Parts: sequence; C-alpha cells; structure tokens
Amino acid sequence: MSVPYVVSLLYQYADNLAFLLLAALGLMIILGVIDVINLAHGELIMLGAYITTLAYHRAHLPLPVCVLLSVIGVGAFGMFLERTVIRRFYKDKLGALVATWGISLILSQGMLLLLGPSLIAVPLPEWTLSYAGYSFGGYRLLLFAGAILVVLVAWWVFYRTRFGVRTRATMQNAQMSQALGVDTRRIYLYTFGAGSALAGLTGALYAPTTTIVPLMGTTFVDVAFITVVVGGGANPILGALTSAALLASISAPLSSVLGTFMGRIGLLVTALVIIRFLPRGLSGYFQDLQRRRMAGVRA
Amino acid sequence: MDTEEKELDVSVPSREAPEATRVDSRTSTGMTRRDLIKAAAVSGVGVLAAPAVLRAAETAAGGAAPIKFGLLEDRSGNFAIFGANKWHGTQLAIKEINDGMTLDGGVQGPGGKGVHAKVAPKPPTVNIKAEVDAGGAPAKDDVVWSEQAEYLVKSGDQGVLGRKIELLAPDPQSDNTQFQTLARRLILDDKVDVIMAGFASAEREAIRPIMDQNKMLYFYNNQYEGGVADKNTFCTGAVPEQQIVPVMQYMIKNFGPKIYTLAADYNFGQLSAAWTRAMAPLLGGQVIGEEFIPLSVSQFSSSIAKIQESKPNWLMMYITGQNHSNFYPQANAAGLKYPMGSSINIAQGYEHRRFAPPALNRFHVTASYMEEIPTPRNKLFVKRWRAMFADEPYLAMEGHSAYVATHLYAKAVRLAGTTEKATVIKALESGIGVEAPAGWVVMDPATHHLSQYIRLARCDEKHNITFMTEWPSIEPWWTRRLGVNLVRNAEFKQYIPDEDPFFKMFAKKT
Repeated sequence: MSVPYVVSLLYQYADNLAFLLLAALGLMIILGVIDVINLAHGELIMLGAYITTLAYHRAHLPLPVCVLLSVIGVGAFGMFLERTVIRRFYKDKLGALVATWGISLILSQGMLLLLGPSLIAVPLPEWTLSYAGYSFGGYRLLLFAGAILVVLVAWWVFYRTRFGVRTRATMQNAQMSQALGVDTRRIYLYTFGAGSALAGLTGALYAPTTTIVPLMGTTFVDVAFITVVVGGGANPILGALTSAALLASISAPLSSVLGTFMGRIGLLVTALVIIRFLPRGLSGYFQDLQRRRMAGVRA
Repeated sequence: MDTEEKELDVSVPSREAPEATRVDSRTSTGMTRRDLIKAAAVSGVGVLAAPAVLRAAETAAGGAAPIKFGLLEDRSGNFAIFGANKWHGTQLAIKEINDGMTLDGGVQGPGGKGVHAKVAPKPPTVNIKAEVDAGGAPAKDDVVWSEQAEYLVKSGDQGVLGRKIELLAPDPQSDNTQFQTLARRLILDDKVDVIMAGFASAEREAIRPIMDQNKMLYFYNNQYEGGVADKNTFCTGAVPEQQIVPVMQYMIKNFGPKIYTLAADYNFGQLSAAWTRAMAPLLGGQVIGEEFIPLSVSQFSSSIAKIQESKPNWLMMYITGQNHSNFYPQANAAGLKYPMGSSINIAQGYEHRRFAPPALNRFHVTASYMEEIPTPRNKLFVKRWRAMFADEPYLAMEGHSAYVATHLYAKAVRLAGTTEKATVIKALESGIGVEAPAGWVVMDPATHHLSQYIRLARCDEKHNITFMTEWPSIEPWWTRRLGVNLVRNAEFKQYIPDEDPFFKMFAKKT
C-alpha cells in the first residue's frame, strides 16, 4: 500500500465520518434525551437545505449567513413542532413514531407542491487539494472540521453547562429531576429544538453537494438510523462519535476496495451484528461497562 | 388542469356498478358494449340502477364516448423530475389532438422519408458521369434536406374518429407496487384503450406482464437498455444501438480508448454497462474499470478515488435518479476533470440546469431530444409547450418521447378506424412515422421501436449546450439481428446483450 493511497483512504474515512456524524447527531440527541424516534429528521434536513438554497439564490446572502439562517429557522420550526405535536405523544412512544412519520410526509409532499421537483443547487466552493495523482475537495475537508466542531460544542453544552446537567438529569430520571425543580417540559422543548437545529445545519452544510429535491432527506436518514442503532441512545454524543467512527472505518475501506455496493452492505452487516450482541448500542455498552467498574470499586 | 377532475369522474362509476365491472373484467378483451349490456342484464343488474351501464348504453345509441387514455408517470418520489415532464408532454399532445391537430406524417408508402419534408435543396449541376470517371470530387458530409418548421397539420377531426381523448393519469409515486396496482385499476376498472407508463426499467418490467395478461396496448416512452420484444409493447425512447454506440465512437475518437464505466446498480445500468463492454473492442476502446452504484447512494468520495486510481481517458456515465446526480458537483469539487459520455444524464434530468457550472463541464450525451436543439421547428415546439406549461423547468428527452408517442397513437387509431387493440397494433406495424419536433421518426414494424433522430450534445464549462454531430435516422437494429420480427412471431420477452452471440465473438478477439 503506497502512501498516497493511504492518504486517499484517510480522506475517504474523514468524509464518511463527517457524513454519518452530521446526519445522525440531531436524531440521536432527541432519541437519547426525549426517547422519541423522530422519523421527520430527514425532512428537517431537507428543510435546512431548502432554506440555505433559497436564501442563497433569492436573497443573495453569503453562504455562512444562509447556513446560520437554516440553523435558526429549522431549530425554531422544531420547537414549534414540539409545542404543537410531539409534546402530546410523550406517553405514547409508538404514537410519536406515527406522528413524526406523518410530519415527514406532509413536509416532503408539501415541498413538492410548493416549490416543484427540484431547485438549482448552491454552487460548491471550488477548493481542491492535489496530492500524488489524487485530488481532494476542500469543502469536504471543511465538512469534516465542521462535524468535529459540532461534536465538541455538543459535548461542552452537555457536560460543562447548567443546561447540560439538567438535561442529563432529565435523561436519567425525568420524574426525580422534576421533583428537584427541573422544568423537564422546557428541557424537552429545547432538546427537540437543538436536534432540529442540528438537522438544519446538516442540510445547510450539504446543500452545495447534493440535488435539492423534496425527498433528499431519505438519503440522510437511512445512514442516520444505522448510526443511531449502532450508537444507541444511552449517551448521544459518545454514541454518535464512536458509532460514526466504527462505521466509517468499515465502509470507507470496503467502498474503496470492493466498491460502493459492498461498502453499503458492510454498514448493514455491522448494524446487524451490533444489534445482536449489543442491543443498547455502543454507548449502552460503555454505560454498562462503567457501571460494572463502579460496582467493582464499591465491592 | 381539468384532468384531475376527469380522473375523479371516471373512478366513480366503477364503484357504483361493481357487478357490471366484474362481469366485464373476466373477459375484458374483445367485448363490445352490446355484450356488456347483455351481461349486465343476465347478471341481474338493473340497467337504471347502474350508471356505468347506462352510460355505455347511451354510447351504443350513437353518442361519441371519449377514448380512454391511461398514463402512469411518476409525479412524486425519486423520479418526479422526469415523470412530471412526461405527463406534461402527453397533456400537450392530447390537447392538440382534441383541438384537431396532428403531427405531419403517416404510413411512408412510396418515397419513405422524403415524402414529407426532406428533399435535396438543389439537383446536381455537374456532369455526374464525367465526375465519376475522373475519380470524383471528394464527398462532403452534409444534411441534404430541409425541414419545415411547422410540424403540426390539421387532422380534420376533433379528437380521433370524432371521439375526444380523455386522460386518466393517477400518480404511481416512483413505486413499482403502485405501478402494478394502478395498471390493474386502469385496465379492469377504467377499461382504458391504451396505457403509456413508466420511467425506470424496473417500473416497466413490473407492469409489462400485467399488460400482456390483459392484452393491453402499452407504450413505454423512455430511453432504456433495449431488448424488449413484446407484441403488445411499443417503445418510443432511444435504445443502446441508437445512443451508446454513437457516443462511444465519438468519445474514443476524440479522447482515447480507456473507458471507466460508472453505472446504477439495476437492470438499466447493468445492461448498458454490458453494451459498453461488448462494443468497446469493436470501436477500438477498452473498459479499464467499472463500478455499479446502489440507487440509494448519494456520497461518492470512494468512487471518485477509484476513478483517480485507474486513470481512464474518459468516463461512461449510467447513473440515474436524484441521489446519483449528486456525483457531478462532488466529482467537480474533488477536482475530477475527465470528459464524460452518457446516454441519459443532462438530456433526461437536465443536470446542467440544476447544478451550478462547471459541474457538468465536458459532458457528452447522445439524445433523441433536448430543449436546446437549435432548429426553427424545435423553437416552435418549445414555444407551444411553454404556452401551456409556463414554469416547466426543462423540456427533456422523455417528455418529447411521451409527446410523440401520444400523437403516434392517435394517428394509428385514425388509420385503424377503431380503438380495438389488435387492429391498432396492426396500424402501428404499418411503417407509420411522424415529423417529431426533433425530426422524422418511424415506428419499426419488426421490433416495435422508433427509429430516432440522434444528436450528440456537449456541455461546456458555462453549461451551454453545443450539438457536435447528428445522425438523422438510426434504426433500432439490434433485436432484428437476433431474429425478432413481432409482425410474424409474437414474443413477450426482453433480450439481453448476453444472448447476442456476436458480442462474444468480437469480445474474444482482444
């Protein structure tokens, strides 16, 4: 294996990792904290991409401003959804599944009626790096940096702020934290908003690289769900990071050597194996490991 | 549009008269309206209580019931971009037919293609014998006929045979199961006279058996991987011998012999890639790499790296659907600068209008139609289309196929004097042709495919389209070589390149 090939493989790994992380993190946070599987996640991503594309082409704003607009817009929309619909299904998790699925249908078909089958995409910034016969997209590297930054920010919010402490308390035992004065309804509202904002960010960041069509969300959710299943909801941030790292390390070399098709098969097989042996996902496994260690210390 | 209303109107009687429908569906072919009334009377359905039967009775008494035209094109789902355009093409054609217009053309008879528009502009003025004896002046490639801008003529008929065409067009949502359900509904409940349906080959193959079971006249208006030989099916889109062979020839000559194929992983992509593999040695090329991409994939960094490793001269692209078109901006951003050839992209999904330049730079496609065709005739066609659908994003190849097929069907019914399917099939097998907006096309009786006017379009870095070369009439010859003659032997199958012994013969030589 030559050095340039390894560099190319690393680039593919980073690219894969960024895609899995950004696609799944919002979904995972909502699942981890609220325990609701948000089937409209892909459509929220689509909404983010649409806001960016429209802001770029119709309002002629610079791309970073468009991305910011998407984050705020989709985040606000998520909070609106939580207030009006999701909140009514906290006691009925299967009902929440159907409700979010319904929302996803309304959003994608509504967008088709409203803006037609496709929009002109935002032009992709043309930075390329060349190395020994390979050339790499600069924007893709930026996406990787963005994904890592997002994880760092999420970690900081979760572990270094008061809001994070309350959120983790709500995750562990909602009734107990309510009794201790935590406004769990507000925590849920903000969490859903934050998950949606992350979806909006993903849509906005990937908008220049994809076709802007009403069903574009589906290309994100299938890998997002695989990542979530492998990661598990016990610790959304650690879960998303480890699961994306594992899956990318399987799919990047497989796709590179045996083709995209085998890369896809590799992802699915990994998900099956993980579900069979670690039903609570990687983060559930880490949690159990930690508990066992703590139990060991006590004994 | 008022088609929505009609669509609702039609589905009502079938629900109100289930008894009559069921009787008829059991023997759906060759049944006249009188038989229907008899059957209804025998099965004890009160004629007055069943509106459908009542309407049929009125028709039998001399009123002109509309011709029922079934259309299944995806208006939502992964193929919505293509389906909506085809739906519009059919609507435009039906409006013109109902307004008493038809495409110029007809059975060729003596004279063939020259009859309608194509004549030499000037007779030879030099002494030909003297020229030939002297070895002759070097021949010059040129188009030697002129083409009239106006392609529509008066049919002398409002609708066809005095009957209006009524469009029934439910949305199959890019879903093969929906296609099957809706095809059965159109045949059994709505009793349509013809069905035009399908974008993806998987959609076509999902419903073609249903069409054959019910002896339904079926048009597939889409370019595809070729090989369908089916007595009840007529294919009006371009096939590999009309697209893949010419584009490969051009690309090998201009960019070099080393080909890398990137194809969608389903029957269209697999079979088109097989064509490329098979034809490469004959055309002096060589396929040095090949990858098949599942339809759900939308991220291409590993495919791009693999292409960079194998260093081809150019890429052959058979990727399709909305997920796959993401390849172009991603490849461009990753600095992939190879020329590309294709039989589908940009002509079908107008990627050059959907992606910001220069993602489709150096892209070449052989197309049976593109909006940019610079002829006065096409400019007229575009104007008429946009008068009806002002915000159509692009007039694509398959929208044109749907438009031509609809007119061709109307012409065949007029020729047959009836909508009875077996007779209409005979009329379509008569050597009938039309002046399509792209140019003259003929329905080949033996294979049930159209000869096509093919142009090779090149997309530049500003995404402008230039037509580099054109082939005014390429025949659908491949299944003929395999002995297909649907006029003599009814068949109901699809041939694949592996069944052609010639491909293997030439492949061995290299």
